[in-house]
Amino acid sequence: MTRFLLPLAIFSVLVVFLGVGLTLNPRQVPSPLVDKPAPVFQLHHLHDPDKTLMSQDNLGKVWLLNVWASWCVACRDEHPLLVQLAKAKIVPIYGLNYKDQRDTAIQWLKQYGDPYTISIVDADGRVGIDYGVYGVPETYIIDKQGIIRYKHIGPVTVKSLEDKILPLIKELQG
Amino acid sequence: MYKFEVAANSFILQNRIDHYSTFIKQLIAVLFVALVPLISFANEAVPVAEDPVLEKRLINLSENLRCLVCQNESLAGSRADFANDLRREMREQMKANKSDEEIIDFLVARYGDFVLYNPPFKTTTLLLWFGPLILFLGATIGLFIYLRRRRTQLEDFPLSESQRLEAEALINKTNKE
Repeated sequence: MTRFLLPLAIFSVLVVFLGVGLTLNPRQVPSPLVDKPAPVFQLHHLHDPDKTLMSQDNLGKVWLLNVWASWCVACRDEHPLLVQLAKAKIVPIYGLNYKDQRDTAIQWLKQYGDPYTISIVDADGRVGIDYGVYGVPETYIIDKQGIIRYKHIGPVTVKSLEDKILPLIKELQG
Repeated sequence: MYKFEVAANSFILQNRIDHYSTFIKQLIAVLFVALVPLISFANEAVPVAEDPVLEKRLINLSENLRCLVCQNESLAGSRADFANDLRREMREQMKANKSDEEIIDFLVARYGDFVLYNPPFKTTTLLLWFGPLILFLGATIGLFIYLRRRRTQLEDFPLSESQRLEAEALINKTNKE
């Protein structure tokens, strides 16, 4: 009996390992930046290029940094949800317009609604690299101390908002 | 009259020679134009990069780094916009005299160990490093035990005297043939 049980046990362990592996999403790369201070930036506003926003300006409040671009198809998916979230005034959303054209970006916001407290421009993607952005959209939750608490990769969904993002914001806002 | 004819003939001849020489000139020009690409291709290929040594170093380093967008490609091989940006960043850091380790640290700080094709040795990667070795050792031990058990099983059934004689007779018979 044992001569069948042992290979079966080994086989079962392998199946469990492979099964877990199949459920993982290779696109979800854990960010080493979570629980680290958000990289410092100073970027120009999208609508008013003379003004700049510094990341330290947001110290003392919980905020979302949403990386988006008008050329990004998945950003269209999450956009209505962001507009709703902005209307609910739960948390300020800052838009990081990533490697985009200013006029098409502004046009895009005009067309689909503008959920952003302020949109800032990362034309060459340098701040994106600092934040470990490798695809758009990505959304960061940054706490009052300026520490990244969560990174959401891909479009924000109702489920991710309810399960993770909103509870975490509530907790961080205290 | 005669004079006129000579003059006219020489005029015509001259005209023809002119015609002919312009034709030759045009032919040469056409041939030349047709051959220009060949001539220019004959030049040695000039490297596109301004600093070939640095580019070589960049390729060597980025071959061991994963492109996060197209995850089965290296940063060196990827044509993704993202990979371009990272290569640009690496190029600039190399120009700023950063060492390879510093550049890798810079990337790991932002994208995690995932950018490395060669995973670091950590408690979380122990299974990754030793998994194959454990499997190999397990299989070897299993095989060893199996072979030993089989040998003892064979020894458990010695031939009887009549069987031994029969076998010997068979061997002798085949040897003769």
